[in-house]
Amino acid sequence: MLSTIFAILFYLATAVLVVGLVYRIQLYARTPAPLKIPTTPAPVTRPGVFLRMFREVAFFESLFKSNKWTWLFGWVFHAAMLLVVLRHLRYFTEPVWFWVNWIQPFGKYAGFAMLAGLAALWGRRFLVERVRYISAPSDHLMLILLIGIAASGLMMKYVVHTDIIALKAFTLGLIHFNWQPLPADPVLLVHLSLVLILMFIFPVSKLLHAPGVFFSPSRNQVDNPREKRHPAPWVTALETDRSKAGGD
Amino acid sequence: MADYETIQINTLFEIPRLNPGVMKDSSPFVAAAVHQEALGFPGELVDDWQAKAIEKFGELLKKSRALQVYLDGCVKCGACTDKCHYFLGTGDPKNMPVARQDLLRKIYRRYFTFAGKYFPKLVGAEDLTKEVLDEWYSYFHQCSQCRRCSVYCPYGIDTAEISMAAREIMDHIGKGQKYCNEILGKVHKIGNNLGLPEKALINTLEDLEEDIEDETGVHVRIPVNEKGADILLVTPSADFFAEPHIDGLIGYAKVFHAAGVSWTVSSYASEAANFAMFIGSQEQMKMLTDRIRKAAEDLGVKRIIFGECGHAWRVAYSFMNTLSGPFDFLDPDYPVPQHICEFTWDLIQKGQLKLDKSANDHMTLTFHDSCNVARGSRMGDTPGGQFEIPRAIIRAVCNNFVDMAADTIGEATFCCGGGGGLLTDDLMEIRTKGASPRMTALQEVVEEQGVTHMAAICAICKTQFAKVMPKYGIGMDRIVSLHQLVSNAIILDGQEGSGTDEAETETTENVATA
Repeated sequence: MLSTIFAILFYLATAVLVVGLVYRIQLYARTPAPLKIPTTPAPVTRPGVFLRMFREVAFFESLFKSNKWTWLFGWVFHAAMLLVVLRHLRYFTEPVWFWVNWIQPFGKYAGFAMLAGLAALWGRRFLVERVRYISAPSDHLMLILLIGIAASGLMMKYVVHTDIIALKAFTLGLIHFNWQPLPADPVLLVHLSLVLILMFIFPVSKLLHAPGVFFSPSRNQVDNPREKRHPAPWVTALETDRSKAGGD
Repeated sequence: MADYETIQINTLFEIPRLNPGVMKDSSPFVAAAVHQEALGFPGELVDDWQAKAIEKFGELLKKSRALQVYLDGCVKCGACTDKCHYFLGTGDPKNMPVARQDLLRKIYRRYFTFAGKYFPKLVGAEDLTKEVLDEWYSYFHQCSQCRRCSVYCPYGIDTAEISMAAREIMDHIGKGQKYCNEILGKVHKIGNNLGLPEKALINTLEDLEEDIEDETGVHVRIPVNEKGADILLVTPSADFFAEPHIDGLIGYAKVFHAAGVSWTVSSYASEAANFAMFIGSQEQMKMLTDRIRKAAEDLGVKRIIFGECGHAWRVAYSFMNTLSGPFDFLDPDYPVPQHICEFTWDLIQKGQLKLDKSANDHMTLTFHDSCNVARGSRMGDTPGGQFEIPRAIIRAVCNNFVDMAADTIGEATFCCGGGGGLLTDDLMEIRTKGASPRMTALQEVVEEQGVTHMAAICAICKTQFAKVMPKYGIGMDRIVSLHQLVSNAIILDGQEGSGTDEAETETTENVATA
């Protein structure tokens, strides 16, 4: 019964996550950017923009310029989370990909760094007056959710082990539509429930910053408005009307 | 008014304690019906303003990827919270960029997102009420759209885009700003912000020609509406009469004269400024850039050069090609448009200007990077040319130049406090307080490096500084046009004397009459 509920929830959550993100991304992609608004100085070539975007996404360049503490906590949290997520691929692949094995030793400890980063970020929401002012309940809850996921994961890794063989059978069963029982450990159920919540709210929350950053015109536009005319749909429409009128 | 007239300068960038609501009553005068209707906006707040506002908001979301992405993407990390000069100058938390954005974001969430529709309290979503509208009007007119926050945002969220959208919505429900909308009406009708008609313009510039001849003994022309000229100069109309702007215009004229090129001003497009950017109206913005295109076509020029004006250069450099291009009827050997600094620097590099740097020896200069030039445009071929070229010119015409603190110049430059459509007397308090970070940085180089003058390349910056510097104990004559320095140093063929003495007399006279 429990296994069935979780299996269905995971299918649902995956569907919501994928459909929600695809919808949002196509919305961003389709909405026109009528004017050239890169924050300058900006790269004057496409490869330059690629590099700028890479520095932004991989190293949080702008945040580094802004505030070293926020940068440190934020970057440590994100980098550690990336390692942790990649490490979790071992529960979804059989045989486990070789590079997933390579990062396993780092991934195991990254959980602590992730938790520390999250705790520090949450601390700022209480301790820094300005950040306290701008924090909504959802900003706190999001951190609590992530802290819950990280803490319950670490619990299983280091304190109360779950039956990891059975869990892997369950996840592989989900992928191959051959459902297997889920171990009924309380910590595991908490961990998975929190992950489910995260998947459900991803496409309707501020987590949209993840796909959104790639569509930010102030970062992804090439600074070449004089060299190359940037088209604005509404201006092009006017021009088409004009040339039609002229042709008559 | 008295409480901010003598301002104590604090340590550089001391982040103020929050002082909620301290600036909530700072709002500009609301546009009268006549100024609204001239731009096609409703004359006064319409009856069903809430529905109309949400409808316009939805329309803008479909038209602007920036708005959509920026409203979704903020994670409230706080990176921007101490970056706005208006926050640093007032301590009002709603002047923190993220909090300013949230005034619009909370309405976006309430009416356009799943979370805000069903869990408004959780995500800080709110109904659009009269109180919210009043907050919009107040705080979106405490943003100079300088883009400093967007430099530091990990997603590049640009509060300028948010405040432009908010002002556009307010215009469409009948709550526009008097200063910007009245001025835009004048440009549509007469061709410049001042409402200076052709005849007056010609007279003014003839007088100026006489002044230059009196000073130098050389007949330097400032042609108006001269068909067949090679270059159309589009400059802010403040250059025609205001101090120190007019000294910059004299500088352009001397540079053109020395270069031996034919040029002209157009009375039809006698305005570089484009306040339509401030109110977020691309349609209005295009109407103004179309005037420039028409003037260039009618006069048959080969090139367009812009004078010293910050937001005008952003519109010209970044938007004009999109809105009124392609400019394929102009000489393809030159960028369209060019900045006067690019033109002058090119001549200096080629050694085509005779310069006497000692003419500026009575000054030690620093340079104020104007926000729209710094973060919304470029000069030259490489990123950052907008910082290097003006400084290169100053170094070429002055012996004494020092920069202000590194985190107050270049891409980190602080707004003068009067940009974005705030340069009006009814906003004097926020203008004065918003200038404090720049004034602090200036004061530092005045005291430690003996700086006597600050040069700028923006009409708004110049006017704003002339007005607020005295409040910080700095004389209003301490702000100069960059091309005023060029004007002092340049030696025209046939010029009497070295020019140094005249330059000094001139400066003293300006102080006396100002």
